[in-house]
Amino acid sequence: MRHTLVALMEDKPGVLNRISSLFRRRNFNIESLTVGHSETPGISRMTIVTAGDKANIEQVEKQLYKLINVTKVTDVTDEPAVIRELALIKVTASAATRSEITSLVDIFRAKVVDVAPDSLTIEITGTEDKVDSLASLLRPFGIRELARTGRLAMVRGNNGQKN
Amino acid sequence: MKLSGAQIVWESLVREGVEVAFGISGGAVIHLYHALPEYPIRHVLMRHEQAAAHAADGYARATGKVGVCMATSGPGATNLVTGLATAYMDSSPVVAITGQVSSALIGKDAFQEVDITGITLPITKHNYLVTEVEALPMVIKEAFHIARTGRPGPVLIDIAKDVQAASLEYEYPEEVSLPGYRPTLVGNQRQIKQAARLINEAKRPLIIAGHGVMLAGAEAELRELVEKAQLPVVNTLLGISTIPESHPLCLGMGGMHGEAYANKALQEADLILNIGSRFDDRLTGVVSTFVPEAKIVHIDIDPAEIGKNVPVDLPIVGDAKNVLQALIPLIEPASHPDWISKIGEWRAESAERDILEQETDALVPQYVVRHIWHATGGNAIMVSDVGQNQMWEAQYFLHHKPRGLVSSGGLGTMGFALPAAIGAQIGRPEEMVWATAGDGGFQMNIQELATVVQEKLPLKMAILNNGFLGMVRQWQQLFFEGRYSGTPLLGPDFARVAEAYGIPGFTVREKNEVIPAIEQVMATDGPALIDFVIEQEENVYPMVAPGGSIGDMLRRPRIEELEIRN
Repeated sequence: MRHTLVALMEDKPGVLNRISSLFRRRNFNIESLTVGHSETPGISRMTIVTAGDKANIEQVEKQLYKLINVTKVTDVTDEPAVIRELALIKVTASAATRSEITSLVDIFRAKVVDVAPDSLTIEITGTEDKVDSLASLLRPFGIRELARTGRLAMVRGNNGQKN
Repeated sequence: MKLSGAQIVWESLVREGVEVAFGISGGAVIHLYHALPEYPIRHVLMRHEQAAAHAADGYARATGKVGVCMATSGPGATNLVTGLATAYMDSSPVVAITGQVSSALIGKDAFQEVDITGITLPITKHNYLVTEVEALPMVIKEAFHIARTGRPGPVLIDIAKDVQAASLEYEYPEEVSLPGYRPTLVGNQRQIKQAARLINEAKRPLIIAGHGVMLAGAEAELRELVEKAQLPVVNTLLGISTIPESHPLCLGMGGMHGEAYANKALQEADLILNIGSRFDDRLTGVVSTFVPEAKIVHIDIDPAEIGKNVPVDLPIVGDAKNVLQALIPLIEPASHPDWISKIGEWRAESAERDILEQETDALVPQYVVRHIWHATGGNAIMVSDVGQNQMWEAQYFLHHKPRGLVSSGGLGTMGFALPAAIGAQIGRPEEMVWATAGDGGFQMNIQELATVVQEKLPLKMAILNNGFLGMVRQWQQLFFEGRYSGTPLLGPDFARVAEAYGIPGFTVREKNEVIPAIEQVMATDGPALIDFVIEQEENVYPMVAPGGSIGDMLRRPRIEELEIRN
């Protein structure tokens, strides 16, 4: 089963390497990994999507905790959480197809962020499913480039992972 | 006080209580070595950096203090790797200090540059690259704190050369601030109560006592618990000496080459109380058939060990000493007479198969180890190597003093014994220290004989020389059609090698020479070495076949079985 873990860590050189090295070394799987600053200066926040059974995920959490720079790990899989991913999709668009594409973009509440004579670049934010659906609808037009951030997660309401 | 980076290193080490450092100098640590004579630290010059790491590890295991090793950049640093991995697998508190090329050259493939923090990431508890002198005092403070607290382990500090030369107004921090590192020392009281209930209700309880007992200094608590409720104890290899092996409730080592009756007790127990062992595969054999009858209570300071290898019914995260202190008052006195007498029967059956009960003139290694035990009264610190010699030591030397055995358990590093024994002897100068090794492992760090002489160490060395990489040969004999591929081994005349270094050396080929030779070596003031030329194809019994269950052991045939076969 897929699990979403949110980890907070000190923003020190090599921390990302420590985490990725840990996953490789322990033979844990990573589906996506996203990292950036958190609300606290000096603390980075990482969202990790990993698959495994209960025992695997427990090991992932415990091994992450063993890293000296990791301050907190939470499995938000079963929590009510806002889950988002951002994707940029560059799709082939001629004068004939442009309006069809933009209507799809509207339906998904996505945005056109760049227009070129033969392409459109679309920005979409949402769950992975939503991004997947738009991408699959755009595929017949010709997707030239696709960039996805991987999952970000935040527990709703007051039960967060504040440091 | 204005100090250079190099002076800061030594000054901080002195403040951490360091008295000895094992190392080898080099270009990227030349500033460190230049400052060294100004500080009251004994530097032990080793002949290989791997040996420096093992010596620091041996020192740490024999004393419980942090062992320190030093190496230069590049090859000096990479040579530490095996020693650090050994210390990491066995939770040994070691601080390794390496020189790095100047910070401006990092990443340029400079002469003797290697990314040692990258290389040692998975084999250290933590590591640091220091490129600014301002960071140095806190890094050293943190490194020692991390190495010696919680589940101990090696920490590496890589210091750029220009940092060693730079200067700073020195102030050593009093405290560390590590928000991500807060080991749980005190067990959860509710879980401890539940554990007590399980122990009090058990009919066939059994303790597994591992290295964690020793690391926590919980030997006295373990014994109190054992005696209060008459709980038999099985040791892991590194748990040996946490309870005297002469104790009637001590069943000795379990697992692959453990006592058959200890393994039988594991398999029949209805409750396992694991204190500070990580359910290593050498203990458990195939996990699916391990302790089938038992509920498992697991006490460990490292939460990641709980449920890692074996599912656990009741976990208690905490320091073994604290947890046992909280647990003992809740335990009701008990005696389990049926269970203990059953184990006694299995034990008697095992004794019948003991090779020392068999009449033979052959020079068998078990006889050698048993007589080192006799001669030393079991008081020596034994530092064993890896392979058959390690198992014979574990089986036939009956340890009764805490920290009496130093051995590479998790990594199984050949070449460990001689340098680790150097560290142990320096850490415990009043004790007699023996290094025991096979002829294969001894040759892996034989150069350290020079260190023994230079440091004037009264180290005693025993080589169990069978002309093979013996444990692999045993496997080839039993499981690989007897094809001795890559295992027959030519060695030198070890006694003459010892003599060449200035160490008295003896060769023993006959059984009747064993006791006089051991006595002669023990009467020798300084170091001495005995090369015991043993039976070449003697095996370690009993044995769990690879992939087998610990309840199903290959046993040494009884004498009458041998006679029938002949």
